[in-house]
Amino acid sequence: MRVVSLLILISLPLLAGNDDSFLIRNASIHPVSGPDITNGSVLVVNGKIADVGPKVAAPKGVRVIEGRGLHVYPGMIDSATQLGISEISSVRETNDIGEIGKFNPQLRASIAVNADSEHIPVTRVNGITSAIVLPGTSGSGGRSPAAYVQGQASLIRLDGWTWEEMEVLRSAALQLRLPSLAPAGPSPTTGAGKPARTSLGEARRRVEAEKRDIADFFEQARRYQKAKAEGEPGLKPDLRLEAMIPVLEGKVPVLIQAEREKAIREAIEFADKQKIRLILANVREPGAAVEEIRKRGIPVILGPTLELPLDEDDPYDSAFTLAGELHRAGVKFAFGSFENQFARNLPYQAANAVAFGLPYDAALRAVTLTAAEIWGVADRIGSIDKGKIADLVVTDGDLLETKTQVKHLFISGKAVSLETRHTRLYQRYLNRP
Amino acid sequence: MRFRISLLSLALCVAAPLAAAPPIVIRNANVLTVTKGSFQGSVVIQDGKIVEAGPNVLVPQGATVIDANGMYLMPGIIDCHSHIAIDAINESSVSVSSMVSIEDVLNPDAISIYRALAGGVTTANILHGSANAIGGKCSVIKMRWGKRASELLFQGAKPGIKFALGENPKRRGSAPPGVQGTPNLRYPATRMGVEDVIRQAFTEARIYQAEWREYYRKVEKNEQAIPPRRDLKLEPLVEVLEGKRLVHAHCYRADEILMLLRIADEYGFKIKTLQHVLEGYKVAKEIAAHGAGASTFSDWWSYKVEAYDAIPYNAAIMVRKGVLVSLNSDSAELMRHLNTEAAKTMKYGGLSETEALSLITINPAKQLEIDHLVGSIEPGKQADLVLYDKHPLSNYAKVQKVLIDGEIYFDRDKDLSERPAKEARKKMLLEREKQRQAEQAKNAPSGRQQ
Repeated sequence: MRVVSLLILISLPLLAGNDDSFLIRNASIHPVSGPDITNGSVLVVNGKIADVGPKVAAPKGVRVIEGRGLHVYPGMIDSATQLGISEISSVRETNDIGEIGKFNPQLRASIAVNADSEHIPVTRVNGITSAIVLPGTSGSGGRSPAAYVQGQASLIRLDGWTWEEMEVLRSAALQLRLPSLAPAGPSPTTGAGKPARTSLGEARRRVEAEKRDIADFFEQARRYQKAKAEGEPGLKPDLRLEAMIPVLEGKVPVLIQAEREKAIREAIEFADKQKIRLILANVREPGAAVEEIRKRGIPVILGPTLELPLDEDDPYDSAFTLAGELHRAGVKFAFGSFENQFARNLPYQAANAVAFGLPYDAALRAVTLTAAEIWGVADRIGSIDKGKIADLVVTDGDLLETKTQVKHLFISGKAVSLETRHTRLYQRYLNRP
Repeated sequence: MRFRISLLSLALCVAAPLAAAPPIVIRNANVLTVTKGSFQGSVVIQDGKIVEAGPNVLVPQGATVIDANGMYLMPGIIDCHSHIAIDAINESSVSVSSMVSIEDVLNPDAISIYRALAGGVTTANILHGSANAIGGKCSVIKMRWGKRASELLFQGAKPGIKFALGENPKRRGSAPPGVQGTPNLRYPATRMGVEDVIRQAFTEARIYQAEWREYYRKVEKNEQAIPPRRDLKLEPLVEVLEGKRLVHAHCYRADEILMLLRIADEYGFKIKTLQHVLEGYKVAKEIAAHGAGASTFSDWWSYKVEAYDAIPYNAAIMVRKGVLVSLNSDSAELMRHLNTEAAKTMKYGGLSETEALSLITINPAKQLEIDHLVGSIEPGKQADLVLYDKHPLSNYAKVQKVLIDGEIYFDRDKDLSERPAKEARKKMLLEREKQRQAEQAKNAPSGRQQ
């Protein structure tokens, strides 16, 4: 406390002119990491949270934001998007999602993020301040038919002049696809339409061959890692294998999308065998694998809760209740929208899970602090705590309710305009004579 | 109390076995009538219709009483654009497919009907896809899960037809990416061609209409007359010209919206609804002047070029400029939460609660010309009702019960309580199938001869 006050005193002359220093007072503060403060303040100095509590000493000259009737939340984190790498999903030229080739661990999503994408303002004005950008997920432009190692997912903050300024983590995870009996993507020969049909026997042989390919690639990477560590003379740099080293060292997790129990078990088995750190994504019907997920402490990125059940005879609400079931089982999870156009609905996905049994606090945590923990950035973002980056959303109500309005938005302590392509068109045509 | 009443109703049933079902009273509810304000009170249902609604009602003798315990009762949701419960969507071989009909492909076993019910939907406009400038004839159905295909049809709903403009109908005019040559290209390939296809069709329809008029004129005068050859493609278009069939037109961009309104003006018919109509906000004035309704998405955008100017304020702008607006789903999933889709119009554009609820109840009823029968809680209307545990515009609300024609078609408690039995039955069937396969393997000749 003393240190903070001293810091404030020192920086006092600077505060007035700084746009990333301010005090929000008399607001309901929802720190997520601790209990709500019904009438409290948040002090931000130089883009970081300097203090939070019922009573915060406001340094003279600091810009004050009156928070009466308003709520302050940490910015939300969308744990699966294609923000910045896909603009119009049906137009090939606007997509940089799926590369050609089977093994591309060297690809980095963040360096292809278009900082001027219209999706970024549209998403952030609903209170989402950071997002995972996933390369190579299937659908909407990711047309590479059979990529296994699809590239590195990056964590970006949704404000900045360049991708470099937006980058939080260049390598948040490596996205891997494991082979399945159903062929992925469109026909490899025409690049369009449905995948070629094969017999079950053929499909089984294909899956076995693909599994061997993947195991071989990991083996190559391991040999490269060893050769490098031993300083093998004449070892030529290999960008693909080089990119695998942090994965083999367990520094970068591997994200595998696995909907059903069988795929989940295969992913876990693969991770065990390769001794890699696993994040499961797009889990839909984990069945009895939930126990395995919990026991091993594997984090899960859930897809939208507003989804149809996978099978006709599933309960109508199976996608709605999944988050609550995982919570009760003790599984750590966050939410991802997996589709840019609906990224702004992330809070409503969480709210729907609340309607069907997920405790409210767990839902709010899943879109903030738990996500930050899963991505290894909980020391920087995800809650309103001293020393964290000031990604703050100020609303007139419950953050997860649709009708709530965002009143102020701060990313790294900087007030971000609430204007978007949509508000501009709205104003223009509302006023059309 | 309730026990006594049900005993009484039982007694009545025994006494008069031919009498209709007992009246139902839903009491202690937060009733959102949509058209006549909101109140805490009861709704009385008799013979499938609402007979009384108010803070204090007279409970008829023998009534079945449902205590809502302060939950929220609203009119059943009406979805003006859906493709559920059908076995075929597009007849994309021709650009004018007005001869085909949704009624022929309704599938009452589609689980999407039950799921829609569980999302509070009681009525939907089932349309063909958007592959053709002039698509097929649509059907308005009620989600009468468990009934036959013919019993799904909404009695008294005016027939409709689907039109489509923009990217989808012109898609078959150019080869898909990666395909060499020009295999099976179909006119049109541009928005100019789409206009031409529609204009051409109505030109033919007018001639056809005149031929029949001439025939009837002669018949009336007892002159010798040969009836014109029937044309099943043009008949529905003549019905459009005569105001007997409603046009529901899929469209996105302002230019194509305006184009269609002008064709309709020229040929003297009305566009009943513009569907999706994502740039409707740009030509709201023109839409209102024509008198077309608009049935749009809450917040879809950017999935194709013609959706790049789509904004979530679309519904609100159109409402403010005097257009009759509804929100539709076009999706078996989204259909299950149109209530929270409606809440988005409060966030984007500041509609009131009642205005937001109108977009999924009375407004789509007006667009389908069934508003005298459904779409609000008023005496005389059909008892299509949804009971939510919380205010339906909250993301935390769940559907508890759904009634159609006063009959309970969805009950969450019942759904939950039946799950273990269904699960057990599924297990038993799977087990039986396994046994059957094992039996078969055992009886099959072992190994190959030769």
